[in-house]
Amino acid sequence: MELRKNYFADVRKDDLHEIGQPRPRSDSPGHVTGKTAFFADRSFPGMLHLKMVRSPHHHARIRSIDTSQAEKHPGVVKVLTAKDVPHNVYTILILIQIGPEDETVLADGKVRWKGEAVVAVLAETERAAQEAAAKVKVDYEVLPAVFDMEEALKPGAPLVNEYHGQNYYLYDSGECRKVRFGDVEAGFAGADHILEQSYQSSPIEHAPTETTGCVVAPEGNDRFTCYTNTQAMFFTLDNTSIILQMPGSKLHFVGGTVGGGFGGKVDVIVEPIAILGAKLTGRPVCFVYSREEEMQISSPRAAEKVVIKDGVMKDGRIVARKVTGYTDAGAYSRHSPYGAQKGAGHYPGPYTIPNVWIDTYCVYTNRTPSSAMRGFGVTIGDFALEVQMDKLARLIGMDPLEFRFVNAYRDGDMKAHRQPTEGAALIECMQEASRAANWPVAEKYMAMSSYRKGA
Amino acid sequence: MAKVPVQFTLNGSEKAEFVESGTTLLNALRDKIGDTSPKGGCHQGTCGACSVIIDGELRLSCLTLAETCNGAAITTTSGLAEGGVLHPLQRAFLDTFATQCGFCTPGMIMAAKVLLDHTPNPSRDEVVEALSGNICRCTGYEPIIQAVLTAARANSQNAA
Ligand code: FES
Ligand code: FES
Repeated sequence: MELRKNYFADVRKDDLHEIGQPRPRSDSPGHVTGKTAFFADRSFPGMLHLKMVRSPHHHARIRSIDTSQAEKHPGVVKVLTAKDVPHNVYTILILIQIGPEDETVLADGKVRWKGEAVVAVLAETERAAQEAAAKVKVDYEVLPAVFDMEEALKPGAPLVNEYHGQNYYLYDSGECRKVRFGDVEAGFAGADHILEQSYQSSPIEHAPTETTGCVVAPEGNDRFTCYTNTQAMFFTLDNTSIILQMPGSKLHFVGGTVGGGFGGKVDVIVEPIAILGAKLTGRPVCFVYSREEEMQISSPRAAEKVVIKDGVMKDGRIVARKVTGYTDAGAYSRHSPYGAQKGAGHYPGPYTIPNVWIDTYCVYTNRTPSSAMRGFGVTIGDFALEVQMDKLARLIGMDPLEFRFVNAYRDGDMKAHRQPTEGAALIECMQEASRAANWPVAEKYMAMSSYRKGA
Repeated sequence: MAKVPVQFTLNGSEKAEFVESGTTLLNALRDKIGDTSPKGGCHQGTCGACSVIIDGELRLSCLTLAETCNGAAITTTSGLAEGGVLHPLQRAFLDTFATQCGFCTPGMIMAAKVLLDHTPNPSRDEVVEALSGNICRCTGYEPIIQAVLTAARANSQNAA
């Protein structure tokens, strides 16, 4: 590996000992010998298997639930419904004041997406649990559903989630997260060209090779040990404590070994109900998603729509940018209000634009709840922004890389969300990319610096 | 449900168990015998994480019934290291950073072992083909291919 020391030469301290050196990974020996203990590698005598009865409808009222046949099925030990869950309505980010609680552990009176958990069946074998789950009878009154974000925001659209009262997340700034910087209309008025485009993405499934799940063992002292592949240990501990109304001291989570997560294992879904099952039966419980559940039930990356309007000068300067972003949370918040908010801060991109207006909406629809995935809130935004940058460069007949040098943020520039830029390295990255990709740019751009303003 | 006896050798040692008829080899190995090195990623024959070697052939243990393995010689990744010394494939996976989350690794190593047992000096294309039934969603395919080629080179140097 070659370290390019000419970048930041006058400010760098060459005291790096690790960068550029191969170091063995501490977890690899376990992986190559098969000794790494993933959650599903633990099993306990008498372990029960949990299977969910799930909603076949996108939106429906539950008239009644009949579990009597399932309870009689051979091997069934316990059948759980909403009334068994001590604090059934929760939301993951309540711990960082993102409320209201809007999601049920087990559906109560209503389902809001196809696949929503309604009844949990615990049985001696996976097969018995599966067969018994098929015998649970749920009587549904199907309701009109909404799948499109802009439809969901129209007056008269079916109300997805009563805990919100409207089909968008209510920020302290109102119906959307807002960024206002300079005077965007004046910027457009003075621009040589205007380009407005819209970009859209579908939900994306993480599809980790190891599916989501946990194994719970009740300890003799009224405590529970939960082996889990969560990516969010403390959210899981705290939310489980809230849902089960159980002090954290009774919960021992063992994790950190995740067979692929990519953000898909940050929700708190399997652990609380499995621990409840262990508590009510006194037996160890395993709840692990089938591959089908991993694909259909686990949260995907949110579908997004991004509308970008830019004003640009012939010399390449972007003088105004207006963005409206929509994040499809699906039926419940999970991490999406935070994702949409990140988008608001991010949309100017790594560019200095004097006039910016941003609105980002977190929208509820009757789709599978979405959540975190690798850079959620900004990844789709970056796709949209960088495609837009290419289109703008083409519009004014400028090289797309040079166009980015003209607009790149540099130390001291004020960002639209009022954080001054510090430690920027975009220009240096682009200089190196220009070399590595053999995409030459004019000498004046190669002489620029992120931190020396004169350059 | 009726239990059936199964008896086979696992990594050279005799194993005998009663399992429910219809139990997969994957579940028998993991839940009954306690060898958790084969992983269940899909239980439907699509990911390769459960790969094992049965009588020299690469097999998906999630699609193999335990009761069909009577008398077989089964190898899993947990049985490759001898006396604490890693198998050349395991060494190569370490050295080339071919593991990320590690969930696909035991299955990958099984597929690679069968390849090298049959074809000690494979071409890159042969390696790619041999691993084509194993999914690595962390998508570290390039280092995995390098690991197999590195192990093949180490083997042929030892043989020379
Ligand atoms: S678990 Fe056997 S192929 Fe996926
Ligand atoms: S290392 Fe994670 S699936 Fe391959």
